[in-house]
Amino acid sequence: METIKLTIDNKIVEVQKGTTINKAAKQLGIDIPVLCYMELHDLNIENKPAGCRICVVEVQGRRNLAPSCATKCEEGMVVKTHTTRVLNARRTVMEFILSDHPKDCLICPKSGTCELQAMAHRLGIREIPGQEIAAMSTYRKDTSPSIIRDLDKCILCRRCEMMCNDVQTVGALSAVNRGFMATVAPAFEQNLEYSTCTYCGQCVAVCPTGALTEVDHTPDVLRALVDPTKTVIVQTAPAVRAALGEEFGMVPGTLVTGKMVSALRTLGFDYVFDTDFAADLTIMEEGTELLDRLNRHLNGDKTARLPILTSCCPGWVNFFEHYFPDLKDVPSTAKSPQQMFGAIAKTYFADKIKVDRKNLVVVSIMPCLAKKYECQREEFSTDNNRDVDFSISTRELASFIKHANIDLNTLEDEEFDTPMGESTGAGVIFGTTGGVIEAAVRTAYELQTGKKLERVDFTELRGLEGVREATIDFNGLPVRIGIAHGLGNARKLLDDVRSGKSQFHAIEVMACPGGCIGGGGQPLHHGNSDIIKARVAAIYAEDKKKPLRKSHENPFIIKLYEEFLGKPNSEIAHHLLHTHYFDKKKKVIVKQ
Amino acid sequence: MSTIKIELRQEDVAKIKEICASFNNEPQELINVLHTCQQHFGYLPAEVQEVVSDELVVPVAKIYGVVTFYSFFTMTPKGKHPVSICMGTACYVRGAEKVLDEFKKELGLQVGETTKDGKFSLSSLRCVGACGLAPVVLVGDKTYGRVAPDDVKNILKEYEK
Repeated sequence: METIKLTIDNKIVEVQKGTTINKAAKQLGIDIPVLCYMELHDLNIENKPAGCRICVVEVQGRRNLAPSCATKCEEGMVVKTHTTRVLNARRTVMEFILSDHPKDCLICPKSGTCELQAMAHRLGIREIPGQEIAAMSTYRKDTSPSIIRDLDKCILCRRCEMMCNDVQTVGALSAVNRGFMATVAPAFEQNLEYSTCTYCGQCVAVCPTGALTEVDHTPDVLRALVDPTKTVIVQTAPAVRAALGEEFGMVPGTLVTGKMVSALRTLGFDYVFDTDFAADLTIMEEGTELLDRLNRHLNGDKTARLPILTSCCPGWVNFFEHYFPDLKDVPSTAKSPQQMFGAIAKTYFADKIKVDRKNLVVVSIMPCLAKKYECQREEFSTDNNRDVDFSISTRELASFIKHANIDLNTLEDEEFDTPMGESTGAGVIFGTTGGVIEAAVRTAYELQTGKKLERVDFTELRGLEGVREATIDFNGLPVRIGIAHGLGNARKLLDDVRSGKSQFHAIEVMACPGGCIGGGGQPLHHGNSDIIKARVAAIYAEDKKKPLRKSHENPFIIKLYEEFLGKPNSEIAHHLLHTHYFDKKKKVIVKQ
Repeated sequence: MSTIKIELRQEDVAKIKEICASFNNEPQELINVLHTCQQHFGYLPAEVQEVVSDELVVPVAKIYGVVTFYSFFTMTPKGKHPVSICMGTACYVRGAEKVLDEFKKELGLQVGETTKDGKFSLSSLRCVGACGLAPVVLVGDKTYGRVAPDDVKNILKEYEK
């Protein structure tokens, strides 16, 4: 690889050809501020519109200041990152951005985690000249089931547009209009609800300001908790325990399972349960469905559709309903763990504790914003009573805990309640890309071959590659598995399924890059992919220390089938734990 | 934001598909496709953009972004008699703005709007290459030169029938 030498702030640095000034400066310990720029290195995600001009530097011999995020180093270049000219320009740019930005920081949902606020602080902005000259541009606020768009706060960094189009290939958001009316919006500036939005929440996860935030359901949860007629139970998704600690100053990758349980109990939940239990249940249903289709296929049954696609991820379900409705009989019919939990809680568990389902409130803590929409889907209600009443994100849980004056750091570890709090390592790894299929393989292998699995860790299914494939030997039967995370990667595999080229038996898809640990409801990563890697490691560490690591060995799952469901894919299991999908493709109305 | 909701006819959809196909359904040809569609329909209603989106496999949000970025594209149907006032340098210095103001007043329209009865629409453009006739007004294909604000009423009268 060719290298070049240049001087930045009087220090010489040698970098690979193609390196930007900003990255070269980092090698010297010089941290040039960036605002619109964002990179998730290990996930191949980069936003580089060079639009905000906060990162400008002076390059000797160049007339204009150069945006360091997008300007490549050249041999012998002499760069200055903090001359008076640079500092003045940076300040002016910031003042311009702020002159068209609301000043309600004190009550903004992003306050404290806002990158614009942090930048104003970093640059020492103390006044914003020019505001008196022109009125601020204002836009209609838009609230969808999951995401709130408050475009007055948009700084046009285009990160959301990049996520929505380049990474997720959803194409719900685009830059529209020009001049002061320029903003990011769905087609025809309609509400997000009428667009192809999957509510994956990746736009929210990268938004530097309060322009994109989640619909907060904590007030509803609080109301239920103080209502003496309600029994309130909570389920926590696997990815939450690997990230919640970050909101309390812990090192990324710190597992807070026990402390989280303790905090939820202190908050007043009557039963603290685990979505991991429902993940084990999902494996029983989805794994059985996989084996059924696989064996029928092997026996020459042409109606057996392969590959089977996982269906745990609501963003992914929304995606194929919008873009691949012709393939809607390909994914597994198994509901997501969140909804399986709700369905069992409001039948089996409600009967057990003799509470009417109307007085049983099920709350889920999710790393996800699409879960908010999922629990509101009509098919997941009985007599207008939802199986899962409210879904709140990891971030919302963190602020809920803080409101209740609980210091997560000092809490003692506590255990989940039984029966729906018991889970295996297979349930835990649902939180990361590759985890669902690994959990399925652990169970499907033993059910198919009747042999005990010698090796539980399928490292060949792990990693952060966008599309991965592996062949697992089922005692002489090669089972071909595909994995995709990020909807753009999923689209690649789906295109192959549509054209009949796909050779896989099973495909796992998670909508968010990294899987649920990188979900739209997680603590903000601010472009640091090390945080995502640390969460993945934490998930596998939790799996490793579990005494049971295969879903079908979960004693409470066994009991649930004995007492209530019969066997996987039984009639009652089908009624409660399986679903169907809809064609949501936008159609142009044509006059007949 | 467009409030117009129209139903395309079968032959309209066929026409849009034909236009897209004439550009090999290439996403890079989006602007050319939109130009040709606007030539045909006179404007680019949401439904036309949706069909183009399906054909070129470009998100409709992106197409809307392009349509709202370039001032040439419009989502409002032009009137039966589209009125355009040249605001090029020569026309401008010879009082085109006053002429435009008079049209706005007479028609009760802003630039880019169409009268409720669909008869007139108002737009401004840059230089029609007839600077010797400045200020210039176009109504449909007819050109009017050396227009003064006082002439506006008479020009409109020609189209009253």
